[in-house]
Amino acid sequence: MFAEIFFIAASLVAVFSALAMLIARSPVQSALWLILVMLCVAGLYVTLNAEFIAVVQVLVYAGAIMVLFLFVIMLLNLSAVPEIDRIDGKKVTGFILFTVILAQLVYVTATTSESLSSAVVSAESGSALNIAEALFTRYVLPFEIIGILLLVATVGAVILAKRTFE
Amino acid sequence: MGIPLTWYLTLSAVLFSIGVMGVLYRSNLIVILMSIELMLNAVNLTLVAFAQFMGDISGQILVFFVISVAAAEAAIGLAIVIAIFRNKLTVDVNDIKLFRH
Repeated sequence: MFAEIFFIAASLVAVFSALAMLIARSPVQSALWLILVMLCVAGLYVTLNAEFIAVVQVLVYAGAIMVLFLFVIMLLNLSAVPEIDRIDGKKVTGFILFTVILAQLVYVTATTSESLSSAVVSAESGSALNIAEALFTRYVLPFEIIGILLLVATVGAVILAKRTFE
Repeated sequence: MGIPLTWYLTLSAVLFSIGVMGVLYRSNLIVILMSIELMLNAVNLTLVAFAQFMGDISGQILVFFVISVAAAEAAIGLAIVIAIFRNKLTVDVNDIKLFRH
């Protein structure tokens, strides 16, 4: 019973914050609303027994990535540049695509709900021990490749931000 | 743990659709990048839900990799935003027409 109430509260806050991120005037407000969405999603990971992923979500997403976003917004001083509000083809296309994709996904979920409801929650927990056991045995090569990817991304970001284009 | 799997799938469908609308609706490059992060979050929620309900830890490993790739994507994307802002003095996608002569 408590799990259902927590799920409904967290998902309502997440959807409201996502919509608020969409319509917020300044990018700083958008970033703060997005942090709230990520914290709600981290809470939902805990209800799915994925404690390690929840901690990583808070540390990496709500911590590192959003601090990077806020740092760039502060660096560029974007609040001085207001966004021009106008209804054009792009926004109409966005709304149509929103409706179509949402209807499609909800339809697929609703039509397959009988086969999905037979799935049961497993006792296997997503603790750091279980994650590490899989990550350093079966998935050790993808883990190393991700390390190289992050190194390349760091070097690329430094080069892109320092370079001046003509 | 009586929450059905369909609840998680519906929530992530809603979050993903809001992310799609954000990419197409807003013209600020940084908000577009944030909407992409929101879409990645929705996909992660689906992966964790399926991993839990199928009793397979591999889904959570995949979420771990998706978070790493999202971090790399945010770093590169924001570096590109800084490079564009230094040259064009704007982050509005309507004013950035690099391919047009």
